[in-house]
Amino acid sequence: MDLTYTEEEEDFRARLREWLAKVLPGLPPKPAATDWPGRRAYDAAWQRMLYDAGYAGLHWPRDAGGQGATPTQHLIFLEETERAGAPYVGASFVGLLHAGPTIAAEGTAEQRARWLPPILRGDEIWCQGFSEPDAGSDLAALRTRAVRDGDTYVVSGAKIWTSHAEVADWCELLVRTDPAAPKHRGISWLAMPMDAPGVTVRPLRTLAGSTEFAEVFLDEVRVPVGNRVGAENDGWRVTMVTLSFERGTAFVGEVVACRRVLGALARTARANGRWDDAVLRRRLGRLSAEFAALWRLTQWNVSEAQGSGGVPGAGGSVFKLRYSHARQELYDAAAEVLGAGALDADHAWVADRLSSLSYTIAAGTSQIQQNIVAERILGLPKGR
Amino acid sequence: MTGPVDFQLTDDQRALRAGTRELLAGRFDRDRLRASVDDPALDRALWRELGAAGFFALRLPEEAGGVGLGLPEAALVFEEAGRALLPGPLVACQVLAGVVDGVATGEKIVGLCDGAGEPWLWEHPAACDELIVADGGAQGRTGGAFRSAPDRVVCAPMASVDPLTPLARLTDLPRGEPLPLDVPRLRREAALLTAAQQLGSAARTVEMAVGHAREREQFGVPVGSFQAVKHLCAQMLVRAEIARSAVYAAAVTESVLDVTGAKLLADEAAVRNARDCLQVHGGMGFTWEADVHLHLKRAWLRAECWGVASEAEELLAAALVD
Repeated sequence: MDLTYTEEEEDFRARLREWLAKVLPGLPPKPAATDWPGRRAYDAAWQRMLYDAGYAGLHWPRDAGGQGATPTQHLIFLEETERAGAPYVGASFVGLLHAGPTIAAEGTAEQRARWLPPILRGDEIWCQGFSEPDAGSDLAALRTRAVRDGDTYVVSGAKIWTSHAEVADWCELLVRTDPAAPKHRGISWLAMPMDAPGVTVRPLRTLAGSTEFAEVFLDEVRVPVGNRVGAENDGWRVTMVTLSFERGTAFVGEVVACRRVLGALARTARANGRWDDAVLRRRLGRLSAEFAALWRLTQWNVSEAQGSGGVPGAGGSVFKLRYSHARQELYDAAAEVLGAGALDADHAWVADRLSSLSYTIAAGTSQIQQNIVAERILGLPKGR
Repeated sequence: MTGPVDFQLTDDQRALRAGTRELLAGRFDRDRLRASVDDPALDRALWRELGAAGFFALRLPEEAGGVGLGLPEAALVFEEAGRALLPGPLVACQVLAGVVDGVATGEKIVGLCDGAGEPWLWEHPAACDELIVADGGAQGRTGGAFRSAPDRVVCAPMASVDPLTPLARLTDLPRGEPLPLDVPRLRREAALLTAAQQLGSAARTVEMAVGHAREREQFGVPVGSFQAVKHLCAQMLVRAEIARSAVYAAAVTESVLDVTGAKLLADEAAVRNARDCLQVHGGMGFTWEADVHLHLKRAWLRAECWGVASEAEELLAAALVD
């Protein structure tokens, strides 16, 4: 149990802080939430700046073009960029956190050379084609078919909840290549170009009013067999590698952000008089303990991953269960602080309150996470 | 020379935890636990054995006959004590081991009364050779720590809700011999060690619930195959692990805010996990014979010691606007 940083880690932090202080003031203004080409350009430009400064793919292995940083350095990076108000990973999310690490772990040398450098440079944007209208929590029930025709797959079906589909160049796509096999064993992982004939994107409007994701319809889309990562019908295992990355570090910056918002909430409450309400004060005090503990749990999970060669463990499910709930509580408390001001949809906290409603659903619902914790960590029998 | 930030336990810390668990399994097994329920008088021989194993001298320097370890190690040992429901004024004897002669070795047993808020409670009054009162300095008194012989302490008996922890209620705060103690530090350490016991209890009740859910069959299947039961168990683990992160980190930093947050979350984990464990056990959980109520009652008692939820939440809230 040691929470002190090494000299090297402190150096890394200091250099990063210095760089952030230098470059952040020169960033262009943030594009409007509805301006998708603008958002892509903004996120890609930030990724290019990270690349030029040597921070792209920090946690990726060196032979994949990454920096081979330790999980602790990655944690410091996420902590410092959030503190400094740097842009989020945004449109680069799927490439950097799902597709890239999957290709790095499972792809051939040729595939790595083709797809990884453009992700790191911000040149190519990826989206994720996993969920389907009838395959959500039961992802392995997916029905999008890929039929072999010589050296191409002919793909037909529909995907849903695909973030950044409108501006993505590539889609990491799960398809069924063997309909006769048990459902987990007939799936393959393909890299599909989004400009291929037969791909139709229909944006979906969220309850927050924005179009954060889309439905993607696939009508006899031809994808070269060489775009398959991993063996045919081995896509489920390949995918699980990807998902464990998502649950490992995806929320680190957000925990830092939540602690900042909590402080701002308390100061706002004191300024507008709601601080006199002991029930509200105690609620904020409890949330402070929660987010502090979630930060410590993150450190715990990261140091555990450091010991086990970088693969995040099931601790990610424990974290996500509590974090997603705490985030919703935070913004419910924000609404209490704002009073009728919480009816103003333009207020940043109101927008965040609305988006927080997805946290107990996205990337594995709380109910699925509880099944994972109960079955894989506690060893309770499978059942209904 | 420091290594990279490594929140994981060191090999020595794992060995200490395993050794403590083994010691307690051997000397305070379930039969002994149930015997203590019927007769809560402390076993002085066990107490001396705990002393010989370094339970109380853990943090004293080696030149003073101690083990020379720190608060993180003490927290691990107290987590095990909480798991085993080991009774006695453990926190008092750990934080006062260097203050009162004979406590470090387990020869003497010392009690510690928190005079900050009424009622002023005294655990295991019949077992204590001395009582130290940490006066909170309320009602116009100056704060500080005072030492009294038990026969000079005026108190009223109280039927303790926890069968393993006899209690007395002090009717007045005795001001015996003043002790040069750092009272805020004493409180912080007592709170942290109490939180560590809560963590141990919270983790143990997860195991008890899971064990029962795997064994007990209804409708022809283990009840643990039902999602309603699974989800109760999963949330129990989440509470225990959140508390663990907070308690271990607070043991390292010793900051008052970290300790306060850790106690708050560990209290919640211990109390709510015992409640859910009871629920998973069904009717058996409501019986005297099952151990679940012993965890719940001790968790209630510890939650009232060294900082209650309302104080903790107010303190943490105040720090947000500082």
